[in-house]
Amino acid sequence: MNRQAQAVVLLLFGGAILKASFTDLYLRYVKEGLRPFLIAAGVALVATAIATLWYERRPDHDHSHHEPRVGWLLILPVLGLLLVAPPALGSFTAGQSGTLPVSGSDYAALPAGDPAPIGLLDYASRALFDEGRSLTGRRVQLTGFVTAGPGGAPMLARIVVGCCAADGRPIKVGLTGGPLIDVPAGTWIQVTGTHSAKRGEDPVNQADIAYLEVAQWQPVTPPKQQYE
Amino acid sequence: MAEARTLEREARQGPGIGSVEVLAALLVLLVIFRGELAGVVPGARWQTWTTVFVSVLVQAVPFLVFGVLLSAVIAVFVPRSFWARALPRHPALAVPAASVAGVVLPGCECGSVPIAGSLIRRGVTPAAALAFLLAAPAVNPIVLTATAVAFPGDPEMVVARGLASLVVAIVMGWLWLRLGKAEWIKLPHRPDVDGASRGRAFWSACRHDVVHAGGFLVLGAAAAATINVLVPEAWLQTLAAEPVLSVLALAVLAVLLSICSEADAFVAASLSQFSLTSRLVFLVVGPMVDLKLISMQAGVFGRGFTARFAPATFVVAVLAGSVAGMVLL
Repeated sequence: MNRQAQAVVLLLFGGAILKASFTDLYLRYVKEGLRPFLIAAGVALVATAIATLWYERRPDHDHSHHEPRVGWLLILPVLGLLLVAPPALGSFTAGQSGTLPVSGSDYAALPAGDPAPIGLLDYASRALFDEGRSLTGRRVQLTGFVTAGPGGAPMLARIVVGCCAADGRPIKVGLTGGPLIDVPAGTWIQVTGTHSAKRGEDPVNQADIAYLEVAQWQPVTPPKQQYE
Repeated sequence: MAEARTLEREARQGPGIGSVEVLAALLVLLVIFRGELAGVVPGARWQTWTTVFVSVLVQAVPFLVFGVLLSAVIAVFVPRSFWARALPRHPALAVPAASVAGVVLPGCECGSVPIAGSLIRRGVTPAAALAFLLAAPAVNPIVLTATAVAFPGDPEMVVARGLASLVVAIVMGWLWLRLGKAEWIKLPHRPDVDGASRGRAFWSACRHDVVHAGGFLVLGAAAAATINVLVPEAWLQTLAAEPVLSVLALAVLAVLLSICSEADAFVAASLSQFSLTSRLVFLVVGPMVDLKLISMQAGVFGRGFTARFAPATFVVAVLAGSVAGMVLL
């Protein structure tokens, strides 16, 4: 791999990173906070490529004989980002991993509105640790994708990401009552309902699963930020 | 050797097909078959593999580039004499000094590999550079803050992680002083920067290190993505009840998953069926030995080095993590 080829690969790699961070593509893989660093890294990669091409216009005579061949592999992430652009983690991960164990804390009042829009993780910890006290008498609205629960009953899930999608873990909420949910796994839906005292257990890791008493549901387009 | 060089030069200057031509042909083919390629990842398992592979890389790129830029600065702008003055003269004292210096470098393990390579090139004793390599990703403020956030109920986890990681770095540095051999470390040939202008030397070091360490990072990310989609979590759960097995299971998992040290605390927190000690071992092993690090270290320091260093670090890290867990948690 000579230096011009390395420069082209670096240019493509930096360009792919920049393109992903200027569109919403990067949100499928990492947290929003990484964006400025991604842009800086992309600019540095492009600058390295341009500097290499610039200095190779008038090459010195100290050509190294061990230019790294492993650098060809950098084409793979370029293909991954520019051509394949794989989707955010979804129902496959939700089926393979156990639901996140939730922990208790102080529960502020639910956000205003009827129904109150609330995250799955927030709902699950209120339902499991606070016995649903902060949910009493309120209708809530959860947004997530459908995944198969124990026995094939559809559950609502969302992937929770700490840093990048490699550490993504699902949070699952069981659905009970209400109209039949007959969309395939992976479909994003918005569910309105009330707290249910029912509890389940995730067969993967034996963690508790909170349930929602469904009043109605409808399919929605996936949100820009699919992770919670 | 001289003959080989002449032959190689002739081969390069001859009217053959160079890498730029190969690359151009490849790119043209890709643009033509773009539609077909975008659909080649059909099953959910493969789609997840691609997502995890791309995420590990996207997450690591800023740290890799930051580490490479810093290591190029070390190589080009920091005079050799600086390190002789900055670190204690005696190697046995330089090791703990270098480990503690890791505290000030906020970043994950991908960045510290090229930096440690650059330090060795600039005459820092390998024992101290290796101690820095192990300590920097684990004991810096960002990682310790993330650990505190992930374990809100167990602040002693932060102390245990910092102390155990420092101990491993120092022990490995001292072990290297006693048992290590300089010829195990084979730094890749990097264009000699001493004669060239500073600008040319700086960008040449950047290009070389990104292409080199980045290539090995790609290998490691592919391995980590494979483990992520192939090992179902249910397997792990059966091990959680056994105290010794659970420590070993999470130590091996830390190696296989290759999660960035800034994120591993959140993963450890979510493995709540496991004891705190086994999760501490996960946090101590992960930033020091994992698939992408092994791949990058083999690229930067040579295979002979990594084949000895990575297993030894693994054993020391498991021991230090277990003892810290028993005493502090």
